Amino acid sequence: MTKMNRALITSISLNSSSSASLRQWLMTSALVLTITFASISAIANPTSGDQSPDFTLKSRDGGNIKLSEQRGNIVLVNFWASWCGPCREELPAFEKLYQEYQDLGVEILAVNVDSEAEKANVLLDDIEVSFPVLFDTSGEVSQLYDVSAMPTTVLVDRDGNVRLLHPGYRKGDEKKYEKAIKMLMRE
Amino acid sequence: MHMRLLHKASIRLLVVACIATLGSGCASTFESINPLADLEPWVKPYERSNLADPIMSMNRNPVALAYAKHVFESREGARGADGGAGGGCGCN
Amino acid sequence: MPMAAQVVVVGVTKKQAAKLIRRNLNRTKVVIAFLGLVFSMLFIGSSNAAVLPIERADVLYHSYEGDGVTIDGPSVLLRKNIAGKVSVSANYYVDTVSGASIDVRATASPYKEIRKEKTVGFDYLNEKTLLSTSFTNSSENDFEANSVYVGISQDFFGDLSTISLSYSKGWDVVGRRGDESFEEEADRQKFGLGFSQVATKSLIVGFNIEHISDQGYLNNPYRSVRFLDSTTDRGFSFATEKYPNTRSSTAYSINANYYLPYRAAIYGDARIYSDTWGIKAQNVKLGYIHPIEDDWIFEVFLRHYKQDKADFYQDLFSRPDEFNFMARDKEMSTYTGLTAGISVSYEWQFSQTAIFKKSAVHFEWDYMKFDYDDFRDATAQTPVGEEPLFGFSANVLRIFASIWY
Repeated sequence: MTKMNRALITSISLNSSSSASLRQWLMTSALVLTITFASISAIANPTSGDQSPDFTLKSRDGGNIKLSEQRGNIVLVNFWASWCGPCREELPAFEKLYQEYQDLGVEILAVNVDSEAEKANVLLDDIEVSFPVLFDTSGEVSQLYDVSAMPTTVLVDRDGNVRLLHPGYRKGDEKKYEKAIKMLMRE
Repeated sequence: MHMRLLHKASIRLLVVACIATLGSGCASTFESINPLADLEPWVKPYERSNLADPIMSMNRNPVALAYAKHVFESREGARGADGGAGGGCGCN
Repeated sequence: MPMAAQVVVVGVTKKQAAKLIRRNLNRTKVVIAFLGLVFSMLFIGSSNAAVLPIERADVLYHSYEGDGVTIDGPSVLLRKNIAGKVSVSANYYVDTVSGASIDVRATASPYKEIRKEKTVGFDYLNEKTLLSTSFTNSSENDFEANSVYVGISQDFFGDLSTISLSYSKGWDVVGRRGDESFEEEADRQKFGLGFSQVATKSLIVGFNIEHISDQGYLNNPYRSVRFLDSTTDRGFSFATEKYPNTRSSTAYSINANYYLPYRAAIYGDARIYSDTWGIKAQNVKLGYIHPIEDDWIFEVFLRHYKQDKADFYQDLFSRPDEFNFMARDKEMSTYTGLTAGISVSYEWQFSQTAIFKKSAVHFEWDYMKFDYDDFRDATAQTPVGEEPLFGFSANVLRIFASIWY
């Protein structure tokens, strides 16, 4: 009999009026749910540590860009969309990173996942970026990388291995990416 | 009568299963007894452009929704479960 | 009480624990707890962050006009997000009431009054969970209400499902104009459970349950019941309403939002309600949102409400102390209400990187029609009990400007 069960029994077996007993069941539900969530471990992404799946996508300047052709560079692949709030804050942060590290062998590929390529301009018209913007309108590459959050940032090392897979974006995450890039540069 | 017994039995089973699982505090126990453990989210994050559209929001303009809720609540006998954030109302 | 609990805890096995839990929950609650547990078991997956409410400022003018009453005033809302984790908001709302509704016209003369309501809210986002709390104070010369709200909402299953729990407690102090010695209290508690699920790329569905219980002085000190009185010209007299000092209600609602392929949305919701006063109500709403380009958004909706009277409601009683509880407030009667609304808004999109990102002006108009089945117009000059059934219509306006930053 664990502490959790004891807590459940204690909270349920006290006698009460209708409103207090309703409070009990709500507390029970809350307790059960929090315990359930606490015991769930985050599902590890299958591609972390493996060879990065190759892809070829059309870029903003018209040509195609293939990931494996970037072998020898550290590549930061970022999956973003025009309707995603955090992406709006993230793009300028990537531009800063790009300005600093582009000449040091770092490439940034911003993969836009909007269903229509023109939708990307909703953000690109306002936010100047100098790194390549690729279009994954069919969602195939997103599926290949099992993108489970918007945005998602993937760091690929010089040998083409996935070294970091970061779901979501919060202010300050660009510092994590910078740290990881510096570490990969030293290898 | 049979429905009630079935209802009771299924609840009995589920409650015991839940408590057993919580007691062991292990997520894998869920998966071993849960037939839906292989269920994956069927709408991927990159497929959510429609859902992210402001017109799909339940609360597009909070200040207007709160007022509309207040108008109904002060003229109707029913209250609750009607969306909008909480808030007291001193209405005579 | 703690002693009894300790005796129960010693030597209880898991099976006995399960039995105890079931015995203490009645059927409705079991169904709800069952649903909660089922969902928590079914939807296991990596959890991603929820989002804070969007930062914005709104200035609204609201107006209600109907049944001889005009209530209008401003409502101002400000919201600021800090460090992507915290959101603070403040709302200032004023009702200026003038005129007299049918209830007042039957017993007294028109009046004017002001109600001011202030709310401050605080939201905290931590990875998967959003915690919300708010404090509200509502103040008018004969009524003071304070309330506190806490809510928690959790996104899971790839952000497709959201579960939320809420609790609110309110304290009212009821006064009566012209009677300095009159002061009563009423307390209220609200418990809410909500669940929302992304069903397809274009459909979100949800359900909500809210249980509210009040206790204290629950009637309106200005409302009266009428009873047959052959000693008066009109044939009836008035006496103060007598309400029970507790009330407990449960409301269940479902809702859905569907995205149409050409960029529009339809939505609907339905609710059933019942309480310990015998009031049963159902309402259903259907709406359609149609944007044009990036600038215009049009919306229309229709809502139908039906209510059955409280057990102690009657339009006309036989004598002043006929029952322990007596009410004649039309909101306790049997009636239907139909509301139709249209709204239009125009948005200006600025730069995503500018300080002000977007601004909009909105115009919303609702037309409400109420028809009472057992509430009569006591001001009519007809024989007692044969007055026409009452009904009225009202126009509600919401005109506001918003800015997003």
